[in-house]
Order: sequence, then structure tokens, then C-alpha cells
Amino acid sequence: MTNYILRRLAQAIPQLFIISIILFVLMQAFGDPIATLGGRVPPRPEDKERLRRQLGLDQPVYKQYFTWLVGNDWQKIDMDGDGVPETYGKRHGVLRGDWGNSLVTRQPVLRMIGERLPNTLLLMVTAEIVIIIVSLALGLYSALRPYSTFDNLVTGLSFVGYSMPVFWLALMLMYIFAVNFRRWGLPYLPTVGMYDPQVGKTPWELIKHMVLPVTTLAVISIAGYSRFVRSSVLEVLSQDYIRTARAKGLRAMFVVLRHALPNAALPFITLIGLDIPFLLAGAVVTERIFAWPGTGRLFIDHTERADFPMLMGILMLISIAVVVFQLITDVVYSFVDPRIRLE
Amino acid sequence: MAAITPETLSTDVIAKPSAPLSPLVLGIRRFRRHRMAMIGLGLLILLMLYISFGGLFARGYCTPIDKNLSGEPWSDCNDLSLKLKPPSASHIFGTDVVGRDIFARTIYGGQISLMIGVSAAIVEVVLGALVGALAAYYGGWVDSILMRFTEAMLTIPNLFLLIIGARFFGGGLPDFKLFGRELTGSVVVIILIIGATSWMYLARIVRANVLSLRERDYVSAARALGASDSRLILTHLLPNTTAPLIVSATLGVANAILAEAYVSFLGLGVQGSTATWGNMLDGAYRYLDTAPWLWFFPGTLILLTVLGINFVGDGLRDALDPYSTRHL
Repeated sequence: MTNYILRRLAQAIPQLFIISIILFVLMQAFGDPIATLGGRVPPRPEDKERLRRQLGLDQPVYKQYFTWLVGNDWQKIDMDGDGVPETYGKRHGVLRGDWGNSLVTRQPVLRMIGERLPNTLLLMVTAEIVIIIVSLALGLYSALRPYSTFDNLVTGLSFVGYSMPVFWLALMLMYIFAVNFRRWGLPYLPTVGMYDPQVGKTPWELIKHMVLPVTTLAVISIAGYSRFVRSSVLEVLSQDYIRTARAKGLRAMFVVLRHALPNAALPFITLIGLDIPFLLAGAVVTERIFAWPGTGRLFIDHTERADFPMLMGILMLISIAVVVFQLITDVVYSFVDPRIRLE
Repeated sequence: MAAITPETLSTDVIAKPSAPLSPLVLGIRRFRRHRMAMIGLGLLILLMLYISFGGLFARGYCTPIDKNLSGEPWSDCNDLSLKLKPPSASHIFGTDVVGRDIFARTIYGGQISLMIGVSAAIVEVVLGALVGALAAYYGGWVDSILMRFTEAMLTIPNLFLLIIGARFFGGGLPDFKLFGRELTGSVVVIILIIGATSWMYLARIVRANVLSLRERDYVSAARALGASDSRLILTHLLPNTTAPLIVSATLGVANAILAEAYVSFLGLGVQGSTATWGNMLDGAYRYLDTAPWLWFFPGTLILLTVLGINFVGDGLRDALDPYSTRHL
């Protein structure tokens, strides 16, 4: 097991290197970050030149990548533009824990992401819990009554859910539960942000603000997952050991919950484990619509400014999360399913 | 009751040796028995009629240039005195922020959206088939390099790749004319980006298929006859993976339409006056309560199109995969 984990990690490292190179190359030709700096007064050309030198943007791409990766604090750089390197670099590089500073706010990238990450995780974890519970329930119920009216209805609805653009669902939910409920004098839900500034940061406010974004995120995943649970429960129910359990005279409910569900849930674990990091990405649109101050919105806001240290930071952290979750999923799977041997 | 003699029996009752059914005929039969696929096909036909003949009903009087317009010029007529008007008899879907008729724009935007969807799916299939087939056919270091690259691309969430790609290539191409219509270069950019960020799953499927086909006797026979690598790949290996290619291409159209909508929704999509269902939604969420018709009509058309394509794709998967017995 230890060997397996070590070998997987050894495979993951080159993969992350390839990802970082692809992303860095894409970033470089992303647009000139200097051009968007400076706010209303456009900086003078010589200021731009100096800024570019200080940020190391005048270097060739491979040197910039190298600086991003391992830093430049052992080499002298030419800061004042006279062609003589005189100042030592200040960067330590990602491999030594320095993810650089945002070009827009000049604050460390990691700290800025760290401030937003809890908000995104709060949304994600809640949505994931809702997704797991609802899709297990729907899938199980459909599988126990295959081709019934309920099953057909859920199948049809899941196709609709699966085909629905996230923003369309979000706008419809907002239109019905916020705009129209308010118009009809019913208790309505808030649409943007995490708290109402007039009420303050109370837990109840937070819950109210989470209902619509969590529903939006959950509905689309539930549509796909409930079909998946249904087909794996159906497959398990046709197995010999289920027939045996029934023949022994066990209660139907006990057979389903104790014998069928755990076996059917095994592939579901893999699916969820592999999908969790991608939920982070799926939140980009949702966070934008609901003005939720998470990492997705951070990404969008800084894309417009071509803030590449920030974008690299967010994308690399998500890529690391994807790789780590792949490994965790495999390991957890081998624990819950003793038939799987990781060699 | 009339006596049954060989003469009274209709010809198709008599068992006569019929020609063996081709896989295509079998596939079509299975597809036609797939209820959801037929619903999806019907939905798509209705949508195609809407975007191809709907233009005949889109006409009106354009006040700023003092002319009666029909067709696409009507969809570009912006009458600022009519901005954000709710649906009415003259503008059945209402007007947008600069006073253009939304009904006309959903028709011409739909044509562009579908064109983007189909073209992006073609790019996806070509790239996916090429990478998958090359990796499997040559094996060795070609395989490892291509598959490491595929894995790396799969690890980066698709939407981020789309956003970066849209920024990377955005605005780099000049406008061009197609079928007499002026299109902005960003249409091509969006097509290429969506295609270039969605081929990875297909490449894996094709690779797995070609790997299993590569060792078959017929391939060895063809090789022994002196067939070149490109001939082996193009005429012996890829045609035998047609089923997954067709299914992926179909679902790829749906995903491309969605991708275009997402990118446009974030303001990075097709620019200029060319309407697409996606860029009609750009900024529409600011009018959530004041002008819901802005986002409702294009959004619903996207939903219906994607739904129809997904139904058809599901039906094709069942129809073309001889081992699948679902829904039969």
C-alpha cells in the first residue's frame, strides 16, 4: 500500500509539471498585465518599462517560468535599466512555498486565495452533502421500482437537469424565489452575497443566502448522479447474493439497505471523489451570478486584469486537488472494497 | 374464411431468404424504437425549422433608418427608443438593452450557435481521433507523450481552459463572410477553443479501441500487403471506431453549445453585433427582475437544443453499441 501511494505520487509530480508548463505558456501570451494596471491615469512609457523590469516580465518565458518555479534570490537582476545587474531577486519560487504576489493588489497570492477558499468550500461541501443524500435517495427509489411512473419521471427530469445551463437554472431560481415571491408578498430568498449588510453576519442570514447557490450547484450534479446510482443498484439487485439474502427470508428493506446499497455505493464513491475538485471549477458561473465571494469569482475578476501569478496559483491549486483526490479515491476504494488490491 | 393457399399468402409472410441486415439498418431500427431519442429528434427538427424558417416572420419597421426591414438586418436594427420593452405584438419576445428585436436575434443567433456547436464538435472529433489513433498505433514514447499531455489537459477543469483560451486567442482574427453573412473573427476563435479543450475523453476512447484492433489479423494482413501507416489508420482502424466517434460527436455538439453559452455569459465569447444564444445572455443577469425576457428566451432555446441532442445521443449510444441492451 505504502509502495503504491509512493509510486502514484511519483507519477503525479511529472504530471503537475506538465500542467504548470501548459498553463504558464498560455498565461504568458495572455495579454500585457502592465497595460491594465494604473487605473484611470495611464502610466508613462518609462514607468511601464521599469515596472516590467521589476516584475521580471522582460525576461524570456522559460526564465520567467524558472523564476516562478524556484525563485531568483541567488541571482542579481538589473533593476534600474543600465544593463548592469545589481540587486538580488526577491522571489523564492513555488517549490519553496512562494506563490508570488498578485499584480493587481500586490498581496501574496496564497493569502488572497486563503481568504476566499473557506467561502467556496462552505458552498461546495454543503452542495456535495445535498448531492450525495438526494441522488442516493432518488436513485435507490427509482431502482426499486424500475420503469414505474416515478422512475420515468425522474429519468426525464434528470435529462432536463443534465442539459440545463447553470446560469439559466440560477436565473430561474432567482426569478421565482427572490423576485416573484417578493412580489407576491411571500417570504423570499436573498440573491446576492453572503450576508445582508443591514442584518449583519448571523448564521441564519448565511443559511438564507446559501439556499439558492447550493440548489443551483446541486440540481445539475444530482441529475447525473441519481441515474448512476439507479443503474448500479439495479445491477447489484440482480446478483446471486441478493437472491440468497431474500431466499433466507430477510426483510426486503434489510436486504436493500444492508446488502444492496453498500455494494452499489462503491462505484459512487469513485465518481464523487473524482468529481469533487471539478465542483470547485463549476462554481465559477454560480459564484459570479450570486456574487458569492469565493475563489471562482476571484479567478474571473483577475482574468480580466491578466493577473497571471494569481491565475497560476488558483489553477495549480485546483490541479493539485484533482491529483490528490484521484489518489485518495483509489486508496479509500481499496479500504471499502477488499477485493481491490493496490499493487 | 378463405382457404389458405400459397397464392393468397402475402409475400412477406412467406419466409424467404432475405438479405442479411446490415449494421446500419439494425442501428436505425434500434434507434427508432428508442422513445426518448425520437422525442429528442422531434424537438431538434422543430428547432431547426424555427431557426431556418422563423426568419420569414421576423420583420418590422425600423424607426432610426426609416425603413421596413426583414430577415437579419431586422435583428440588427437597434431602436434606442424601444429598449427593454416587454414582449408585445410587434416584438413577441420583447427587445434588448439597445432596442433590438429578441425574436429575430434568437433566430439568427441560433444559426450561429448551432454552427459553432457543429464545427466545434468536428474539431473535437478530428483532434480526439488523431491523438487517440496516433498514440495507440505507434505506442512507445509517442503514446506516453500524447497520453501524459491528455491527462494534464484533463486535470485542468474545462471551464478554466475555456476562459484562458478565450483570453489567449480573443480578438486575434479578422471578420469574414460566410453564406453572405458578416461574421466576426471571434466566432472562429470560440470554435477552435471549444474544440481544443474537449477532445481528451474522445482521444482516450479511440486509443483504447485502436489498441484492441491493432493486433487483429485483418490489420496484420493489410500490413503484410504493404499498406502504409496512414492507410492503416485511416481506412482500417478509425472506421472501426465509428460508433464511439458518432456518439461523442453528437454529445460534443451539445457540450459545445453549452460551452459557448458559458464563455459568452462570462463576457468572453463572440463579440460584436453577431448574435449567438450565448452572447445574448451576456450581462442579462443584471436585468433579472426588470427584463426577464432578455435571458429567458435564449436560455430556454439553449436548454431545449441541448436536451434534444442529449436524447438523440443517448439513443445513438444504445443503437450503435451492439452489446448494449438497455431500453430495448
